[in-house]
Amino acid sequence: MAARFAFWSTLTDPLIRQNPVTLQILGICSALAVTTSLATALTMAASLTVVITLAAGVISLIRRHIPDTIRLIVQIVIVASLVIVIDQILQAYFAEISRALSVFVALITTNCLVLGRTETFARHNAPGPAMVDAFGNGLGYSLVLIIIGSLRELFGKGELFGHNVLPLADSGGWFTPLSLMLLAPSAFFLLGGLVWVVRSIYPEQAEAPEFDATERRGAAE
Amino acid sequence: MADHERNPLRRFLALPNESRTKTIVVAFLVSAACALMVSGATVLLRPIQAANRAAEEQARIEALVRGVPGMGALLEESGGTLSTVIIDLDTGRAATDVTPATLETALADPANWTALSPGDDIASIGQRPDYVQIYMLRDGERISLVLLPLSGQGYNGRIDAVLAMQGDMNTIAGLAVTRHSETPGLGGRIEEPAWLASWPGTLTRDEEGNVRFAVARGTASSNHEVDGITGATRTSNAITRIVRFWLGDQGYGPLIDAIRRQEF
Repeated sequence: MAARFAFWSTLTDPLIRQNPVTLQILGICSALAVTTSLATALTMAASLTVVITLAAGVISLIRRHIPDTIRLIVQIVIVASLVIVIDQILQAYFAEISRALSVFVALITTNCLVLGRTETFARHNAPGPAMVDAFGNGLGYSLVLIIIGSLRELFGKGELFGHNVLPLADSGGWFTPLSLMLLAPSAFFLLGGLVWVVRSIYPEQAEAPEFDATERRGAAE
Repeated sequence: MADHERNPLRRFLALPNESRTKTIVVAFLVSAACALMVSGATVLLRPIQAANRAAEEQARIEALVRGVPGMGALLEESGGTLSTVIIDLDTGRAATDVTPATLETALADPANWTALSPGDDIASIGQRPDYVQIYMLRDGERISLVLLPLSGQGYNGRIDAVLAMQGDMNTIAGLAVTRHSETPGLGGRIEEPAWLASWPGTLTRDEEGNVRFAVARGTASSNHEVDGITGATRTSNAITRIVRFWLGDQGYGPLIDAIRRQEF
């Protein structure tokens, strides 16, 4: 184990610099599907953060005793059970939002973000650091969801949390809702924009172009 | 582990991870723990979820009644409540020996269910209760609205709905889907207000009294049809069959005849 566990950098790195969504492009599917309103985005973000943190803790606890041959299936079983529990809790206490999220809570199981963290980090680290890392990654995912969710709800409906923010043209205001914002492509555009912003701040994250004509000429010499 | 370990748990944990025993035991323990967690959560939370579902169903029935033009006012007039009646489906009359309070007990008795022959069972429910609780709204002596619960097999599972009929027992006043598990975004659209809005005004029977109602393929082309749902043909067909079954002789047919003859 490392002599001193860098608590703050483990927690804050995944927020922006190592953000799992913008850097590793993980968990895109749900980020597109549930961000039509801020409330569903927040619930999804909270559910994923809880699941990923608990899963990392549990898997890290038994990390020395997971046989390599069945390690993936053990991880998935643990993640899936946690997801079912969370889904049941949502259905019981947040029935309305649970209906809006429909299948996407259940699909946290297949969110590569969760398995990515448990496989790469929790399996090699003590429960404390593993949970901090998972929590940080959950927050990073939440941040992206909240940004996209609020932009989409604000410009798609002129609302935030269902409360009117921009005066709508229908009721005498100046704002005409952009219906495109509520459709899936807009989430792609916003996410693309977000990745662009992050990579302009951290240019080292930009991937090397795979097919570069000048490079190829160089190789031929 | 210098000495021979006596504690069996320690001895097990000290096994190499790749040993077959350890693989199987770890797999078993993880599954058992997860199974316990999942079933625990399901059992503990079921009462709250059931209460939520009942409240939602109530809300949908109320929304259904309020959505029918002129019904809101009528409902206020009658004190804001619908009268609840238990119907004996065989006779089509109010049941004499079953009340809303004893309905659940009565339906726990298999003798109060009628098995359906495959030919009759177009809604794929297998058996049909003999007693059903329906809701009525009266305008003076005349019945102005009847709410009939329906249920049947959809594409992914059971569909429960409430059909509102005008007092003529031919014109649909609305539909509320109270429970379904159809594919979200496709068959799941049966609960969307936009689709349900095409129901009011649809006629269920032709002049001869045959049930003609259908969910159309595509756009409705006659006044016996409602619009189909694109990409959800199986769900649309299921709705057609469910409505036809419950309006037919095995369902509310006798009741509908009795109301039309003003015997109710």
